[in-house]
Amino acid sequence: MATNTDTTLDTVNAPRVVREGGNPSQVVWRVLRRYPILPAFIVAVLIIAAVFAPWLARHDPLVGKLRDQDRPPIWQESSPISGKEPLWEYPLGTDPLGRDMLSRIIWGARYSMLIASVVLISGAIGGTILGLIAGYFGGIYDEILMRMVDLTLGVPFILVALATVVVFGSSMVLIIALLILFSWSGFARQVRAETLRLKASDYVALAVVAGASARRIISKHVLPGVVNTVLVIASLNIGQLILTEATLSFLGVGIPKPRPAWGSMVAEGRDYIDTSYWMALFPGLAIFAVVFAMNFLGDWIRDRLDPRLRQL
Amino acid sequence: MKKLLIRRLLAAVVVLLLASVLVFALSRMSGDPRHLFLSEYTTDEQWEQWGRDFGLDKPYYEQYFRWLSGAVLLDFDISVKEQIPATTVVLRKIPNTLQLAAGAYVFALLVGIPLGILSSILRGTFLDLFARGFALLGQAMPGFWLGIMLILILAVRLGWLPAGGKDDLRSLILPSITLGWFAAAALLRLTRSAMLEILDSEFVKLARAKGASQMTVIIKHAFRNAIIVPLTFAGVFLSALLTGAVVTETVFGWPGLGRLALQSVFGTDFPVISAIVMFATAGYLGMNLLVDILYGVLDPRIRQS
Repeated sequence: MATNTDTTLDTVNAPRVVREGGNPSQVVWRVLRRYPILPAFIVAVLIIAAVFAPWLARHDPLVGKLRDQDRPPIWQESSPISGKEPLWEYPLGTDPLGRDMLSRIIWGARYSMLIASVVLISGAIGGTILGLIAGYFGGIYDEILMRMVDLTLGVPFILVALATVVVFGSSMVLIIALLILFSWSGFARQVRAETLRLKASDYVALAVVAGASARRIISKHVLPGVVNTVLVIASLNIGQLILTEATLSFLGVGIPKPRPAWGSMVAEGRDYIDTSYWMALFPGLAIFAVVFAMNFLGDWIRDRLDPRLRQL
Repeated sequence: MKKLLIRRLLAAVVVLLLASVLVFALSRMSGDPRHLFLSEYTTDEQWEQWGRDFGLDKPYYEQYFRWLSGAVLLDFDISVKEQIPATTVVLRKIPNTLQLAAGAYVFALLVGIPLGILSSILRGTFLDLFARGFALLGQAMPGFWLGIMLILILAVRLGWLPAGGKDDLRSLILPSITLGWFAAAALLRLTRSAMLEILDSEFVKLARAKGASQMTVIIKHAFRNAIIVPLTFAGVFLSALLTGAVVTETVFGWPGLGRLALQSVFGTDFPVISAIVMFATAGYLGMNLLVDILYGVLDPRIRQS
């Protein structure tokens, strides 16, 4: 894009000269621009919440005190409908069953992260293997794989997921399986394209001449070349994955109740939106912040590892 | 070009067939359809009679071909809930969803394209920062939550717009924003990056060297080449439409395809679900083919390949 010979256009983003010094606010601004501090912070908070949920949450996320239902967040004087006053015990208020919002959000992080990591790792491994096979061997394998990819893109996923959950009943295993089915194809498609490119390279041709087996070529010569791509796609997909899981939970077919999931918390809070806004606001903010941070980090990682994928 | 299109068409048919197997399998896994249509007071004879009439006593592959030959003629059996053909139930709802989709796409165009162009021209300025912030935030916003927050602020607190339902044009505004928000953000990003690439190209530099004004360069040279972006994106938008519609229509009680889909799923109305999935898949594939063709029309380079 911007090159050194380019003098007429784009003076703002011309190759950045590393400027040192300046007053403290300039230094802070520069660091903030170069590194994703805020998103990294959000993700760090998320991971800490997910890992240490049982110790961080002050209340049981599943058991509420009816006496404490409809407590507003601490900065509000009282609940407009029940007139209840806030308590420091419940900094973000309570839900209609008197359960602590903050504790449920912390536990929700745990379930969100659990699902996202399992799905992403399985989807990445599965998609990469299929993409390598299709790209390297081509022919009928390639044809089958690409039609499967088209199928996952063409069929309305949410609807199929909804129908499947209604048929088989809601469970964690099912929701994870469905999300894996939804996430592998992005990896497969890109890995296939990369494999085709690498297969045409001289060093692969030389390996073939040297008599290396297909298995050896794929694992020693092609796979290392697609690892960056896989990492980039994983980092770009994680936000979307969390959004999809939250949407399924919102529609009532995600993480089975009564486990606290951010999406289903928003759905529960929706009925009280005219009086007790905090019940829907905070879990939604949690989804929003996490997806934002993940997307931002994904973009950043992509620009670092593989700017060619900018079109994704 | 022609050869490519035929290949794509064949691939689309294969994908449709795969989708039909998937839908049929799901509907049969939910149990014998007779459980849905017949009450517990049915006699064994009636049960058997139904089985014979609808071929339910045959093996699954025969049932599938029976179902498929109906589906090809857009006959997806009778809706369990409404007791009229499922196709009719679905077709009745399509205009409402298209109306919503049009509203959402107009919103996305009105926000995404101007902001995308401005942020590419004024790259690095505050406005660019704002636009990119909007894009990042927009893509992270869960649609159902955005809808609820819009209701909370604009309908409940300020009372400016209706909170749901469908009567006049005003009731279209909030659902359109909810459904179009993500698209606006995506369109902004796409427009911005396409414009940046074009503004950096040789022919734009040449135009500038010839002394063309900034306005001329942007409108006549850069934007005309970036116009392909909203077009390509229309395909992406429509393919994600149903998912967005399920959420948006649920939140706003909009009587469209999305809400019908959700209600049919929870009412295990498989004829309607099958019809929606098949229509949506066919729509997605058809849309992609159309975009490919339009691409060829608009961009001569593609016609050559």
